[in-house]
Amino acid sequence: MPDPAPRGNILPLDTAPGHNRRRAETAAWLLMAEELRYERGGRCLLDGISFALSPSGITALLGPNGAGKSLLLRLLGGLIRPDSGRIRFDPAFDGSTGMVFQKPVLLRRSVRANLDHALRIARIPRRQRTGRIAELLVMADLTHCAESPARALSGGEQQRLTMARALVNKPRLLLLDEPTASLDPAATAGFEALTREIARMGTKIMLVTHDLHQARRIADDVIFIHKGRIHEQGPTTAFFAAPRSPEARAYCAGTLIT
Amino acid sequence: MLDGQIIEIVALSLRVSVFAVILAALIGVPLGALLAVGRFPGRNLATMTINALMGLPPVVVGLGLYLLLSRSGPLGILQLLYTPTAMIIAQMILVTPIIASFSQQVLSDLHAEYDEMLRAMKATRLQVMGTLIRDARHALVTAFLAGLGRALSEIGAVMIVGGNINHATRVMTTAIALETSKGNLRLAVSLGLILLGLAFVINIALVVLRTRLERQAHA
Amino acid sequence: MKQLATIAAMCLLLPLRLIAGEGGIILQSTTSTQNSGLYEYLLPLLEQDTGLRVKVVAVGTGQALKNARNCDGDVLLVHAREAEEAFVANEYGLKRHDVMYNDFVLIGPASDPARVRGAGSATEALRRIAAARVPFVSRGDDSGTHRKEISLWKTAGLDPAAGRESWYRETGSGMGATLNIAAGMGAYTLTDRATWISFGNKAGLEILHEGDPALFNQYGVIAVNPARCPGMNTKGAQTFITWLLSPRGQKAIAAYRLNGQQLFFPNAKGKTAKGE
Ligand SMILES: Nc1ncnc2c1ncn2[C@@H]1O[C@H](COP(=O)(O)OP(=O)(O)OP(=O)(O)O)[C@@H](O)[C@H]1O
Ligand SMILES: [Mg+2]
Repeated sequence: MPDPAPRGNILPLDTAPGHNRRRAETAAWLLMAEELRYERGGRCLLDGISFALSPSGITALLGPNGAGKSLLLRLLGGLIRPDSGRIRFDPAFDGSTGMVFQKPVLLRRSVRANLDHALRIARIPRRQRTGRIAELLVMADLTHCAESPARALSGGEQQRLTMARALVNKPRLLLLDEPTASLDPAATAGFEALTREIARMGTKIMLVTHDLHQARRIADDVIFIHKGRIHEQGPTTAFFAAPRSPEARAYCAGTLIT
Repeated sequence: MLDGQIIEIVALSLRVSVFAVILAALIGVPLGALLAVGRFPGRNLATMTINALMGLPPVVVGLGLYLLLSRSGPLGILQLLYTPTAMIIAQMILVTPIIASFSQQVLSDLHAEYDEMLRAMKATRLQVMGTLIRDARHALVTAFLAGLGRALSEIGAVMIVGGNINHATRVMTTAIALETSKGNLRLAVSLGLILLGLAFVINIALVVLRTRLERQAHA
Repeated sequence: MKQLATIAAMCLLLPLRLIAGEGGIILQSTTSTQNSGLYEYLLPLLEQDTGLRVKVVAVGTGQALKNARNCDGDVLLVHAREAEEAFVANEYGLKRHDVMYNDFVLIGPASDPARVRGAGSATEALRRIAAARVPFVSRGDDSGTHRKEISLWKTAGLDPAAGRESWYRETGSGMGATLNIAAGMGAYTLTDRATWISFGNKAGLEILHEGDPALFNQYGVIAVNPARCPGMNTKGAQTFITWLLSPRGQKAIAAYRLNGQQLFFPNAKGKTAKGE
């Protein structure tokens, strides 16, 4: 593993969407969740979820196992529909969303072919694809195994590939479900530098993580959910300084029993 | 029967059945993909129909096709009866449900895995189908080979619509039937052995492909 | 994918063009004539003389007549005189010509449990089989041979098919398949002599009765009526018939030998040929 810092800096400038245009936007939120409710098999898995997602920066979504974080991310990504409630988007939002799933799903093809496939679906012209793939491979530090079957990669390499794939369409919103769960410390540091850079260039990032130090390091604000409900949300510093809800306090202390 | 004639018969068998399978694949795979990916009314009915059609007796297909292609039938103007084309169509009808049904199963499984990932990319339905077909291609080839086996060993349909015409529509199975009816059991058996050999080769190919497939699935 | 589709489309259409472009004819005929190998001998001679290509579809006489009625053949060569005359009378065919004949023979196990060998006539032989209740296999497929067999039973005053006699088995198959079944179960059956001579799996069966005039087997040829079936190759059909009835064609029929034996005896236009 090379030093993570330069890897973050290698990020090509055009990986993030043109943020100058969006600087002028005045909307206070990129999306607004209103009373979202999601049930499955008679169980209410998400209930009364309301929050406004700020137009920029990194929002950490925290909560114990089974809290409903992955479900919420799927709702925001439009992969599942709420049973009631709705999600409103900033009218200026172009809908471009990148998603990294908790479990990497990769095509039965080479690393390069996986990226090429995503670029093709994002309607990137063939001539530009080769260059973009090279950039993305460098960014995800996967150049050495570009031709390997994607599903033969290590867990961490697979996660980096899914991250690179989520960035092909330079999304305005990036939804990341525990993207560093299988990364080594250096790769994690590289990832954090990368996300900060992407956020700086105008992409809104929502990040599910169980790594509280990571949340503290890179998140601007925090949403804490437990048993399908939001118990707390606010700026990172305030959240970690003094969690107001007993559940959040217990979770941070590592004593929350689910 | 001369060796040259045997070669001619085996060649026609292969030509007819291979093209029948190619056509069946061109229809069956997209159909299977549509059923695996699509959510539309009548989808379950279509699936059940295809599964039922898998058990279609070749003679019935031959008879139906004869009635269609007969010069006094609705498609008689095409003058296809007693041609290899008619045999290709008959075998295509027999093989398409097999390939469609198998494709649907394989592609459904893969779709369950890829669905959210592809939807997150905002892939169109056509792109989804294309991706699934490409990634399942090794598994699909096994369906093609199974279909080829069925086409090569089928006699009921090709006998009726082909007519077992010497130098024109005589294939291995109809030649075996003819030689048996002539009491030329030895020749019939040697033709049968050639058919068996071909089936064996096809099955070796199947096994080789399956091992490759497993290696790939592991990857 | 696109290339594959093109190739497939080409292959699908190729035979269509071949058939349409070529002036050949389709002959609906019987399994007995095909199994005897007659066509493999005759057709190359015909093609040499006339350039005509003939494709033979060999089925039972009844099936051949039906196929021809559906316009799925240009010419018919079968052996069921009454049915052929009805075919012409109903204007499905143009004109019926005698071409050749051979005869039917009664075959059975060499041990001859029904003692058919001494029978004075074919009907007497059948009566003995019925009386002994030994297995008899019938074509049961509406072929010329089947029709002949039924008429013989009728003359004998018997109707084993209607009686569902356990010794009477209908195979519903061609002559060769029926002979295989007879060989397999040591049964009696009626067959045309040509098929019998060329049949390779005699397995203990032999001719037990022959020579009765009632066993005469006449083959006729008919061109399918183009007025009912537009697009027929009537010219080709006429070429075929003319050649078959010509001295050259008739001589070729007489010259065909299998295992040194003559199988068919030409008798076009009242011409008489010597029997066996
Ligand atoms: N399709 C489904 N049908 C029924 N229950 C489901 C379904 N999907 C998720 N669940 C349930 O919803 C709850 C929340 O699941 P979710 O995957 O969102 O948890 P999470 O917060 O991401 O947990 P983790 O930290 O373990 O990833 C779990 O109890 C899970 O069993
Ligand atoms: Mg989760």
